[in-house]
Amino acid sequence: MREITFKEAINEAIREEMRRDDSVIFLGEDIGIYGGGFGVPLGLIEEFGPSRIIETPISELTFTGAAVGSAMTGLRPIVEVMFSDFITLAMDPLVNQAAKNRYQFGGQTSVPMVFRGASGSGTGAAAQHSQSLEAWVAHVPGLKVVIPSTPYDAKGLMKTAIRDNNPVIFYEQKLLYATKGEVPPLDEEYTIPFGQADIKKGGEDVTLITYGRMVQRSLDVAYSLKQEKNIDVEVIDIRTLVPLDVTTILQSATKTGRVIVVHEAVKTGGFGAEIVSTIVESDAFFTLKGPILRVAGLDVPIPFNKTLESLVVPTPEKIREAIIQVAAY
Amino acid sequence: MELTIDIHKKLYYRMVLTRQFELAADELFRAKKMHGTSHFCVGEEATGVGVGVALSDSDYITQTHRGHAQSIGKGMSVKRMMAEFFGKADGYCKGKGGSMHMADFALGSLGANGIVGGGIPIATGAAITQQYRQTGNIVVSYFGDGASNTGAFHEALNLASVKKLPIIFVCTNNLYGMSTPQHESMNIDDISKRAISYGIKGLTIDGNDVIRVYQETLKAKEYVLEHGPMLMVLETYRWLGHSKSDAQVYRSQDEVKQWKLKCPIDRHRKYLLEHSILTTQELQEIDSLVAQEIQDSLEFAQMSPEPTFESIFEDVYAD
Repeated sequence: MREITFKEAINEAIREEMRRDDSVIFLGEDIGIYGGGFGVPLGLIEEFGPSRIIETPISELTFTGAAVGSAMTGLRPIVEVMFSDFITLAMDPLVNQAAKNRYQFGGQTSVPMVFRGASGSGTGAAAQHSQSLEAWVAHVPGLKVVIPSTPYDAKGLMKTAIRDNNPVIFYEQKLLYATKGEVPPLDEEYTIPFGQADIKKGGEDVTLITYGRMVQRSLDVAYSLKQEKNIDVEVIDIRTLVPLDVTTILQSATKTGRVIVVHEAVKTGGFGAEIVSTIVESDAFFTLKGPILRVAGLDVPIPFNKTLESLVVPTPEKIREAIIQVAAY
Repeated sequence: MELTIDIHKKLYYRMVLTRQFELAADELFRAKKMHGTSHFCVGEEATGVGVGVALSDSDYITQTHRGHAQSIGKGMSVKRMMAEFFGKADGYCKGKGGSMHMADFALGSLGANGIVGGGIPIATGAAITQQYRQTGNIVVSYFGDGASNTGAFHEALNLASVKKLPIIFVCTNNLYGMSTPQHESMNIDDISKRAISYGIKGLTIDGNDVIRVYQETLKAKEYVLEHGPMLMVLETYRWLGHSKSDAQVYRSQDEVKQWKLKCPIDRHRKYLLEHSILTTQELQEIDSLVAQEIQDSLEFAQMSPEPTFESIFEDVYAD
């Protein structure tokens, strides 16, 4: 298999879907020759032109709302916000409009759109450009929420997102953009269904549930603990928060009886709480050998200083300690 | 430009239908037979009807929370609107939207909006579709004077201008944003001046003159298809309160009385008689037709079943 970057994988997905379906359009700031905030749209303007690669004034509220309106009239818009933090400027069209229009209009319409942006910390972008706000949108019925961890998943999930008939929030953790991974050849089409977690590493002792860039970090810790202490960690990448693959989570929790949840987003009100609740509300609760731990971002804004920034998110050491702690139950 | 008798009839009919629809609903609220709330546009009928009749079925609109004239003006069914008012399964939104979310996608109504200004970006997006697909259809974005202060308004006019989208931004200026008078929420008298900032055409007309509203909409439709967006401000007045729970302490009874003298329906009626376009008898026939249609809509709504419990989970997501 060939290796491409996470960024190239998303670009390929968008390009292939735009070739396949002329109802797919792309809206956002500087997505033309500049290539977008992180280069994902590079080359699209040359192939598809300004009628489909629609560069907008700086107006997140309106170009996201415009995506809703174009989606309800037969198009499949993709929206790029440079940093996913700017979702704060587009909350009305996403939460009050896109998420509700099918329901509140009695099923008369659907809103097939993808809202994508770069998320997460690690680049020194400080508090307004580094957040992981996925729990906000996961809380709104009508939206779907995707956070891929590898180029393979990113491509397959983006293609599914574009074909989905609902508003999909697609988070791309910016530290993943340059990571490489195996992806099938261009002539081998594939998609990845929503609601299917991927067991990135099987294991018998501890279930570690995570998503996004914490997947690779967790895997690295898991492999080293296997070698050092013979602790066999199962690493589950949920890939989509909504819909959530409850079955895979509960099966693994039941099997190991020891669970930790890892995410970059802050702990309080984070999606980890939802995962934990899902387990303790089920029969899997009776098989637990001890408390479930959350290893999550500290409850602070992301600081600029490089060292402080690196300590806000779950470090390999914290993940390691948590695994060792639950493995002892 | 002379209007045909059929157009005159349609304008008059839809205005009276809107008026009677709202008065019937208001009565039901007073009798506590209606759940929730509603925002009536009594006195503003010429705006939504004048614009709506000038549009074709394949043109699009986004309505406001005060949108019954806009919905009926586009030709929506009062039966299904009334059933929606009652929260019934045969309502436009299967009882899930209510008065504030009337929509008829088959007729190009992309829905009324409970968020002031919320529909303006959506209409702009619908106009992107028309431009991209080269449909020759246009979009009308309805909103009020209050919404012209929102960021959505300013962002959308700018985007639509830059992209030359086929959209008419129609501001129904009824002089109050809920209780706040226009002069306290903006430092200009003529809202159409806001068009200047975005390099687009602005026009303010008497929104109680249904003939003028109709004629200007026809012109605007041609204009926006060729030149891109324009802002059309329709000056009017809301006779009733903001919603059912409004004591209207912010305005004088005299002011309301003065505006009632400018009733758009009476005015059109007078015009039709003076110009011998329709006779008193013909107008009465239309009035009776409307009365019958309202009666039918009430019966239809009352006969319509309640939504099932299972429907609570339907349409959260599309397949």
